[in-house]
Amino acid sequence: MLDTFFFYAFALLTVAGAALAVTMRSAVHCAVWLIASLLGTAGLFLMQQAEFLFAAQIVLYVGGIMVLFLFVIMLVNLEAAARERQMRKRWPIALAGVLLLAAGLARSLEEGIRLPAPRPAPEAAAGNVQQIATVLFGEYLLPFEVASVLLLVAIVGAIVMAQREDAR
Amino acid sequence: MYDKFIPTAADYVRFAPEILLTVFGTLIMLIEAGRKEDQRRPYGILSLIALAGAIYLAFPAYNNAGPAFQGMLIVDGFGTFFRVLCYVAAALAVLCSGQYLSREKADSGEYYSLILFSVVGQGVMVTANELLMVFIGLEISSIATYVLAGFLRDDQRNNESALKYFLLGSFATAFLLYGIAWIYGLTGSTDLSLIRAALGSANPPNVILTGTAAALMFVGLAFKVSAFPFQIWTPDVYQGAPAPVSAFMSAGPKAAAFAILVRIFMTAFEPIAARWEPILWVTALATMVVGNFAALAQVNIKRLLAYSSIAHAGYILVAITAQSQIGISAVMFYLAAYTFMNVGAFAAVTHLAGKDEKYVNIEDLAGLGQRQPVTAALLSVFLLSLIGVPLTGGFFGKFYIFKAALDSNLVWLTVLGLLNSAVAAYYYLRVLVVMYMQDASAEVPAPKPVSGGILVALVGSAVATVILGVFPSVILNFAGKSGTLNP
Repeated sequence: MLDTFFFYAFALLTVAGAALAVTMRSAVHCAVWLIASLLGTAGLFLMQQAEFLFAAQIVLYVGGIMVLFLFVIMLVNLEAAARERQMRKRWPIALAGVLLLAAGLARSLEEGIRLPAPRPAPEAAAGNVQQIATVLFGEYLLPFEVASVLLLVAIVGAIVMAQREDAR
Repeated sequence: MYDKFIPTAADYVRFAPEILLTVFGTLIMLIEAGRKEDQRRPYGILSLIALAGAIYLAFPAYNNAGPAFQGMLIVDGFGTFFRVLCYVAAALAVLCSGQYLSREKADSGEYYSLILFSVVGQGVMVTANELLMVFIGLEISSIATYVLAGFLRDDQRNNESALKYFLLGSFATAFLLYGIAWIYGLTGSTDLSLIRAALGSANPPNVILTGTAAALMFVGLAFKVSAFPFQIWTPDVYQGAPAPVSAFMSAGPKAAAFAILVRIFMTAFEPIAARWEPILWVTALATMVVGNFAALAQVNIKRLLAYSSIAHAGYILVAITAQSQIGISAVMFYLAAYTFMNVGAFAAVTHLAGKDEKYVNIEDLAGLGQRQPVTAALLSVFLLSLIGVPLTGGFFGKFYIFKAALDSNLVWLTVLGLLNSAVAAYYYLRVLVVMYMQDASAEVPAPKPVSGGILVALVGSAVATVILGVFPSVILNFAGKSGTLNP
């Protein structure tokens, strides 16, 4: 009972935060609502007993990335952009698309989603973090390593783009 | 239990080309850090060595074909073919870049590093057997390409190109990622063979949800191959980017995106093939029509080639719609032919554009037949191949595509496709007419003689185009053998 209550509370926080993040006019407000949405997701992770993801979500996204977002928003003058007419002219098309998708989803929920059988429960002996480590450095070793190339490319790209001309 | 933490020797052999390219990409940046302003810059040569080494290493990998790194990658004939194709496309782009960068005074190591990293991403993509690897590979390739598109930071056109490509590209990748998340939720796996097993099982997940997931992934990939209605970015980005980068973008990342589109839809989504066939049918036709008819009105040759590349994506989608082994072989052959003829045409544009890319209108090519008979002749080979004239690779490419379509009873799509390629002949021939029949205008200075890397790229592409047109079997045998995708 209490579980259900918390699930709906976190789900509401996630969805409402996301909706407000895209509809608010001021960029700072958008970022703050995105933080709320991410906190909701973190709560959902916790309810799934994924403690590691819960901690990572808060430390990395809420603590790290979103603070960086706010810094950038405050450094760049977005006041002018907020006064511009926003691109909302096509909203009827977007609404039609969303309604169509919602109808399809409702229809398939009626039929029953038929999800795959859940995987066997992990061994109780190993902790959550330890299990993640086993999977990350065993089965998913290559994606983990190749992601570092992705980060390297992003850093090189950012430096190329941001470098001052006389420093060349 | 710790065995699985240590990759086997076979894993390394199968992944060796990408490891080599990553090492060289990093090495170039390290060398640049230690160089003084006036010292020689060997980055182009180093990149070519790296790419040649990667092509060389792709063969032992192929001889040891099989899955690598716990099934994350699968090295098979199909993957090897596209791997080598992407390396070759990058090598051709590197050959064109040296002169271009020194002309624009932007010679630097990062440019070459980014090209190498981009190719690493494409290599990961075409051999990926896991949606996670597909995503990481696609992002490496894309981010490097976004930066390359805006590499001349003080050029307004470069900025526009990079910004448009980056914003729309990130949006498209988000669609792909969302689709992957849905698929994971529905099938409990991101492994292509396991997804196929789940979708083809006696009790498959709800088909509406599976269809939505497949559609989301299709949107992401259709953007990368610039299929209708996600093609709008292509002309602006190709026009604004530096010419050698446009050459690269139109070949490597595109071939890799097609490869992974074919692999995902022909393996993982094969059990629901009947449902996505109509979507592919319409997309293929619309892409051909939009590309060809918009190209008719272009005055800028880079935009013309951009629209032409959209049209060619449409032809390739026709072969994918056929959903057969011969269709896959046709896709492989066409992309090989397309790479050479398109990169060749862009190489010629790179040379003729002049400093700051001042001369990129079709009218600026007037009189090229007299001024530079060799360049004009080589460009003619590429344009004739793009039309699909016999004795060029483009002819056999189209021939196999439409043959595959007819074999799968796609009669209407074949007829409409052939009509489209007749329309296409008009705008390619117009360039030829301007080159040979019109007198040079005094406002356009005679281009300097072609030399160095661009000449090598031009002649190499032209020779490859003609070889594919006269002896198509060199590639076709391999493509025919590798057209089976083992789930």
